Amino acid sequence: MSAQPEPVVPQRTPYGGGAAAPTSAQELLGGRQRMVAEQPANPAALALPGRSRRPLRHLGAAVRWALVLFFSALFLYPFAWLLAASLKPRGQVFDNRLIPKTFSPQNYSLVWHELPLGNWMLNSIFIALASAVLVTISSSLVAFGFAYFRFPGRGALFSVLLATMMLPGAVTLVPNYLIWKNLGWLGTNVPLWGGSLFGSAFYIFLMRQFFMTLPRDLFEAARMDGCSAFGLFWRIAFPLSRSSAIIVFMFEFQAAWNNFTGALIYLNSGDPTSYTVPLGISHAMTMYSPTAGGHGDYQYVMVASLLVTLPMLVIFVLGQRHFIAGVTTGSSR
Amino acid sequence: MPEPGRKVRPRRRPSRLRRSEARAGYLFIAPWCIGLLIFTVISMSWSLVLSFQHYDVASGTGTPAGLDNYRLLASDPTVGKSLGNTLFYAVLAVPLDILLALLLACLLNGIGRGSGLFRTLFYLPKMTPTVATASVFLLLLNGNSGAINTVLRLFGINGPQWLADPNWMKPSIVVMTLWSVGGSTIILLAALQNVPREYYEAAATDGASPAQQFLRITVPLVSPTLFFLTIVNTIAALQVFDQSYLLFYRDGNASVPDAARFYGVYLYQQAFEQFNFGRAAAMAWLLFVIILVITAIQMRVSRRMVFYEGGDR
Repeated sequence: MSAQPEPVVPQRTPYGGGAAAPTSAQELLGGRQRMVAEQPANPAALALPGRSRRPLRHLGAAVRWALVLFFSALFLYPFAWLLAASLKPRGQVFDNRLIPKTFSPQNYSLVWHELPLGNWMLNSIFIALASAVLVTISSSLVAFGFAYFRFPGRGALFSVLLATMMLPGAVTLVPNYLIWKNLGWLGTNVPLWGGSLFGSAFYIFLMRQFFMTLPRDLFEAARMDGCSAFGLFWRIAFPLSRSSAIIVFMFEFQAAWNNFTGALIYLNSGDPTSYTVPLGISHAMTMYSPTAGGHGDYQYVMVASLLVTLPMLVIFVLGQRHFIAGVTTGSSR
Repeated sequence: MPEPGRKVRPRRRPSRLRRSEARAGYLFIAPWCIGLLIFTVISMSWSLVLSFQHYDVASGTGTPAGLDNYRLLASDPTVGKSLGNTLFYAVLAVPLDILLALLLACLLNGIGRGSGLFRTLFYLPKMTPTVATASVFLLLLNGNSGAINTVLRLFGINGPQWLADPNWMKPSIVVMTLWSVGGSTIILLAALQNVPREYYEAAATDGASPAQQFLRITVPLVSPTLFFLTIVNTIAALQVFDQSYLLFYRDGNASVPDAARFYGVYLYQQAFEQFNFGRAAAMAWLLFVIILVITAIQMRVSRRMVFYEGGDR
């Protein structure tokens, strides 16, 4: 916020009030020229095709809206299907009805006894919260280090950081497993959030982008007043970065909540109560399958699938502005 | 004599300040440096060492294996098969995802008001955990009772056995992936919204048809974004694991055909089901090299095809 008026001030002061007039006059002139240039073109060139184009344009809009509604239905159908299936009794889960023939709301209370879903939920919430909180703080710290302080090797290290973003995760899968094993944390959920202590390249990049917009004077003034280097970050930079920090927090919360591969590698061999919701659902899918000796109680899989999805949908609807800002920053790199 | 003394002083003070600034900087980036050391430098070196070892998981020791693991990559037919499966999937999924995303983004960009609501709707599948997506699509794709074939039957089409027919197992995963095309869509939509409207107005007054406007204005101006999506989606597609594992290889049933056994799935099975860590490490390095080569080729090709604005600004 404070970054925006800052650059305007030094521009105005050297020229004083007098210099502002010609620039605005030039703008006015430019604007007038544009209008003059458009006026003869408008009636002559556009009048004739304009009339014939109007019904076409309406047709185009109608086709566009029809397609948008069609795709919306396509994207929403699996959600509606899931909701309906979660309310059906055992034999009807596959009948594709969007309104169940027999309503079975008791699925939602029975599932907690059928599956250790309560444990899975607590594990997932803990892992997602720990990852998101830790990675937000650690990434911001590192990003502030890169953005504000000048030190030898800064540019080179930042290039390394950007390069690690391209590193495929599959390559370090096995050795990372062995590292956690040697640290003695296999069978615990530490490997699923421990990495967050060290920041994450994309989030560091994102936070640094924000910190670069903060005026240096802000920190120099605080420094004169005896603020420590950590104080510059914790009391000034980090509180100002709230909107970027929310992006990082939400991205990581989603990534950790949805993380299936990690849970499979680090928790699969442990006690079923130590599973996360995604790993638990995967096991339940197998457990209920008739080929594995189950009775086809897929309605519980559907309830659990719905319950693991719902928090993500709520988070997105509440914070979609931040999500979209984060996604598009990633692509405009 | 006092002259040089004065000259040195003002130099020394900023240098001490600078040194303390540098120290603070290093302290701030220390967490990332430690992480880089452990989870990238040590990890990748270990992976390289492992690939030349027979690793015994129980005792945690490796014995030298020379090139055995790499030789096995060549002699194990499943390695080649899974690599072929993965490339087939990438060639199918990446372009379809980007083309569908471009269509959807153009639609959203064209309807103006109300596009925000539909943008949200289109993105919701991307938020859904893969496990939930898989548990639903496992039933939607069912060849007999699934909703997809039921709809196809309405049009007189006899849908395939998506999940059982080896020819349709990979397309099943593509269908599931395309449901979450919303991720690429909102990135492209943001790029489309950055194209200045005047360009279209100018082109329209010059008599350019909508198709010409799309090919001559829209595509070149969003080509950097199309390029970004191609690179990122290709890297992701070459490592695809969750979808295939959850639909087909979750219960370790040996009778499931190889058709959807992707490289990532086979790597996981080698490492965490067979505990052949050495061979898995060799597979990982091969994948790394393949990804590097494909990305390099894409970057080379893009130099001719991607239009970067900014020369005139």
